[in-house]
Amino acid sequence: MEMEKELTLAAKVENLDTVNEFVASFIAPLAPSPKAVMQLDLVVEELFVNVASYAYETEGDFTLRGKLDPAEAKVELKFIDAGKPYNPLEKAEPDLDLSLEERDIGGLGIFLVKKNVDDIEYQRSDGQNILTIRKRLS
Amino acid sequence: MEIKKQQTGSNLTISLVGRLDAVTSPELDKVVQKELEGITDLTFDMQELVYVASAGLRVLLVAQKRMKKQGNMKLIHVNKDVKEVLEMTGFIDFLTVED
Repeated sequence: MEMEKELTLAAKVENLDTVNEFVASFIAPLAPSPKAVMQLDLVVEELFVNVASYAYETEGDFTLRGKLDPAEAKVELKFIDAGKPYNPLEKAEPDLDLSLEERDIGGLGIFLVKKNVDDIEYQRSDGQNILTIRKRLS
Repeated sequence: MEIKKQQTGSNLTISLVGRLDAVTSPELDKVVQKELEGITDLTFDMQELVYVASAGLRVLLVAQKRMKKQGNMKLIHVNKDVKEVLEMTGFIDFLTVED
């Protein structure tokens, strides 16, 4: 049996805690490992903050649509905004071998996202950016 | 997140408690921007830090760049999850992490 749940709120960084709490209670039935929880927290934060920081000129809404597959201990999350078209997966990978002086933080967020999901895809549809991630939480 | 500071002469220890995320990182950024004047040894005690995201890494990077010019910086008591993020991102290579 699959479970679905959705959250919509203003795409503002200060709403991060609300988003985190929504995800934590949504995935609780899967009894995820602490490590999987931490990894999913990172994914959720980086993607939500991306939307909150860049999607809109002024302000707009963010929707998180979750689907749970308890049999497979898998979660699917869709990060949805109606901002300007933006595919974060096209962002260049950071060079992890750069020295301290050369190192900057650009691209690190999406890098962390890719590292911590099983798969990820971007879609532009009906004026919305939809980024879908899937992750097994066991 | 809670930020505790303890200074002895030019040694400053900053203990971080909680989560260093996009909401809380600006608080630490303020400390790093304003309170490192004259500090030669900076220690981040991360015993009670349970989580770090890229916003927090950015602040650690800024601190490390600055301290390289004026002294030393190290991270102590880094927990397993936080260490994993440092490893994943290669930050472990230029940060000094001690037990």
